[in-house]
Amino acid sequence: MLIAIAAHLVLAALLPLIARRWGKVAFLVGALAPAATLGYALTGTGRALGGDPPAESVAWAPDIGLEFTTRFDALSLIMILLVSGIGAVVLCYYFFYAKPDDPSTARNSALLTMFAGAMLGLVLADDIISLYLFWELTTVCSFLLVGGDGTTKKLRRSATQALLVTASGGLAMLLGLILLGTAAGTFRISEIIADPPSGSVVTAAALLILLGALTKSAQVPFHPWLPGAMVAPTPVSAYLHAAAMVKAGVYLVARFAPAFADLPAWWIPIVVLGLWTMVLGGFRALREHDLKTLLAYGTVSQLGFLMVLLGVGTWISALADATLILAHGLFKSALFLTVGIIDKRTGTRDIRELSGLGRRWPMLAIFATLAVLSMAGFPPLLGFLGKEVALEALLHGDAKDLLLLAGVAIGSVFTVAYSLRFLTGAFRTRKDAEPIPATQPGVGMSTMVALPAIAGLVLPFATTVLEPLVAGYADGYVARRPSYELGLWHGITGPLVLSAVILLLGYGLFRAAPVLVPKLSGWVPGPLQAQRGYRYSVAGLEWVSHAVTGRLQAGSLPTYIGVILVVMVLVPGGGLLAGVEWPDELRWFDSWLQLPLAILVVAATFTVVLARRRLTAVLLTGAVGYGIGALFIVDGGSDLALAQFLVETLTLVVFVFVIRRFPPRFIEERHFIRKDRWIKAGISVVAGLFVAVVAVLVSASREPGMPAASTAYIENAEAETGASNVVNAIIVDFRAFDTIGEIAVLAVAATGAASLVLARARSRSAHRDSPDDDQAGRSEPPDGDSPESTVGARTATEPTEATEVNR
Amino acid sequence: MTAGQDDQEQPVPWTQWDAPRDRWLMSDDACNGWPRSLLLEVCARIVFPTVLMVSVYLLFAGHHDAGGGFSGGLVAGLAFVLRYMAGGSAELAAAIRIHPPVVIGAGLTLAVVTALVPALFGETVLASAQWTLDVPVLGELKIATNLFLDIGVYLLIVGVVVDLLRTVGAGTEKGVMLDDEEVERT
Repeated sequence: MLIAIAAHLVLAALLPLIARRWGKVAFLVGALAPAATLGYALTGTGRALGGDPPAESVAWAPDIGLEFTTRFDALSLIMILLVSGIGAVVLCYYFFYAKPDDPSTARNSALLTMFAGAMLGLVLADDIISLYLFWELTTVCSFLLVGGDGTTKKLRRSATQALLVTASGGLAMLLGLILLGTAAGTFRISEIIADPPSGSVVTAAALLILLGALTKSAQVPFHPWLPGAMVAPTPVSAYLHAAAMVKAGVYLVARFAPAFADLPAWWIPIVVLGLWTMVLGGFRALREHDLKTLLAYGTVSQLGFLMVLLGVGTWISALADATLILAHGLFKSALFLTVGIIDKRTGTRDIRELSGLGRRWPMLAIFATLAVLSMAGFPPLLGFLGKEVALEALLHGDAKDLLLLAGVAIGSVFTVAYSLRFLTGAFRTRKDAEPIPATQPGVGMSTMVALPAIAGLVLPFATTVLEPLVAGYADGYVARRPSYELGLWHGITGPLVLSAVILLLGYGLFRAAPVLVPKLSGWVPGPLQAQRGYRYSVAGLEWVSHAVTGRLQAGSLPTYIGVILVVMVLVPGGGLLAGVEWPDELRWFDSWLQLPLAILVVAATFTVVLARRRLTAVLLTGAVGYGIGALFIVDGGSDLALAQFLVETLTLVVFVFVIRRFPPRFIEERHFIRKDRWIKAGISVVAGLFVAVVAVLVSASREPGMPAASTAYIENAEAETGASNVVNAIIVDFRAFDTIGEIAVLAVAATGAASLVLARARSRSAHRDSPDDDQAGRSEPPDGDSPESTVGARTATEPTEATEVNR
Repeated sequence: MTAGQDDQEQPVPWTQWDAPRDRWLMSDDACNGWPRSLLLEVCARIVFPTVLMVSVYLLFAGHHDAGGGFSGGLVAGLAFVLRYMAGGSAELAAAIRIHPPVVIGAGLTLAVVTALVPALFGETVLASAQWTLDVPVLGELKIATNLFLDIGVYLLIVGVVVDLLRTVGAGTEKGVMLDDEEVERT
């Protein structure tokens, strides 16, 4: 199956070229990949459903244990039927749907095919890293497809919301997957499920994974992104936001449910949020007038239903879930494609405007009716079959299951009501409105609606085909397989009666909805509304980032240095306090020559602080540097000393260049400088003392004699590197990777500093041209102004150079 | 150090073939009011090639004595600093014709390519090889591939220093150079 995934991605890369040459034929070409995958998967059914699912593996980065593994089992097969089957249908449909000169053809055909490949990888992946990669790839595809060309605010806002919600959930999921993989000692999903670890870490991991699944599958309170994503073209919505991508969350839960079914932290959130989502989505669907948004809330509701069944976690509920995953994909894509035709032919999706379409388009109305009845759970369609099993699973359980049964029944009543609302809204002839003028839909488009709709009618009668498939997934549950078989007719049983009651109540609710729903809507208090919660979260994040950036990036050089120094003292200093080991004896000096040099350095340092003129201060700083270079010589580090002298000279020259532009004396008179002078002095003294203490401690902690690394360097320098100068051998050979990193940093820093100066020069010359700013220096604050900052950026590279030397 | 004269169209009569065709020192117009010192300017020009030679020596000596690409590059950079101190941006422009960012890029490229080439031969990245050649006059000559990494470092450092002079130096020249030249270049 690896080749199928790769084929999708390669084809997606080629499609823009095809689209440029042949226009919308690209969609048909794109459909080849999922269609071929579907055929290939169907030929492999026997092996997938056998006891040992075929697995493939490609080592990706073997040294760190990263590999890409696929495993083709029953659940994967069910998902492939949806992902590739519906994918091929939708891409073909898009061929008829797109205008010949649609500028987004290249983009959307490539993205849809890439999405199909990513989704295929997601449902096949057997190791958690590639699972996550494909997961995020589908998120990115969804963002790009929803955002379209991004020309309107609505597009951008919806796409951003879809991305933020699903990607943050995805990150949580990654964390959870890693925790789980670490706890289990393997990153293979099949191995984790076969032998699930336990403990509090696993509970946390399960919750994090759930967060990813719940956001992706638009469960309360994350659901608003899904109706928002309906701004995408209808084929995209049909594929991503009904059949495939939103199922990813359900898939993830279904994948891990056999391992976690008994974990309270796993099933309680699933059933609670799932039920809530199911009822809320159904209710909202009764309020919407836009057919597409109505379907979107219907999808939210159905996803909640699927989640609840997974939360129950028994063999029969898994059977129901697998059946309903298939059923939902089929009927929902058929309905979305129907809406696409209506929208394209009439120019509206508002059920208050549509009228007379059923008489005008009888064939399409029949197909849509099939799909709607499947959605409502009307016999003998696939939706009915699935719902029967679901009711069966809940009917014979304990009190908890009966509670869930009540919830599911209420949700199903809503489902029946909004299904009828959709059907009548789209196709009936209204008395108070003229039949809407529309041309016949093309045969091609209607066929694409017919395929999934008719599949929903045929499959329930082909239980010999369907049963092994869905039971193959259900067998993964530990609970023993009960004697239950898929079938349309089990006699007059509890579920059948319940189904009939649900259908009747649903019809009643549909009739009562126009009166009832406006009264009920708006009862959720403001702070609990999900969309408002999302907006406040984003606004809060922006506020925090503004606050943090505003405090830390104040634009003042002393503040920056102060922050750096304080962090330097606090973080390693805290660690130092925890476990400090004072050296037994302190040597004051090794050689008499060190004494005068040290005195020179210390004296120069104190004089710098007292200096009144900038030039004096700079020269004295240079003296400190030269003194340290001389100390290196005394210790025999000639390379080090050479580099130190050279860097010091260069720094000095640069300093002198820059302070030409400054007043010759430091500013002393101003009150506001004196105010925080003591703070600055305190930070400097503490940081200096800290560095001195650390230097003593670190050099004292060395083992006596030469470290093993140094000995090895010296032994191997001549033979391996051809250099008898060990310092050079280290720089250009042993630690050459560091050297390359450092010179890269140097290049970046130099380029950045150059850009800063040149950009400033440009703005300065622009200022000079305007007559009202005759004195450039006037607008600059005396402390931490821009020339100084530029110097700061420049001199910041000097420690880098020094690092290289000191190594 | 001065410009090449290949673009002279008229053939020079042999009586004047060794007459100077360019001014050796800058004219007063060219140096943009930079405070000039004849002594410093002449000394800088005389010392300049020698300092560059020392830098190259340090580069090659690094394998066995103090030195290396970093020190060599800094010495070469200081040679340009000397020229700049003598005559400002115009003098620096006379000393080097290549754009400094190009030198930086060339150095980084050389270093990275040196790092990657061993991978082509199935070695690990940054592995080094060495050959010993018998050169007729010089005698035995040992070449290690990590020398090229050192040359890359050398070029990069020279480029960084000259770029620094070009921008920070010129940027603080009371805005004289920037208004005319640098702004157009950016």
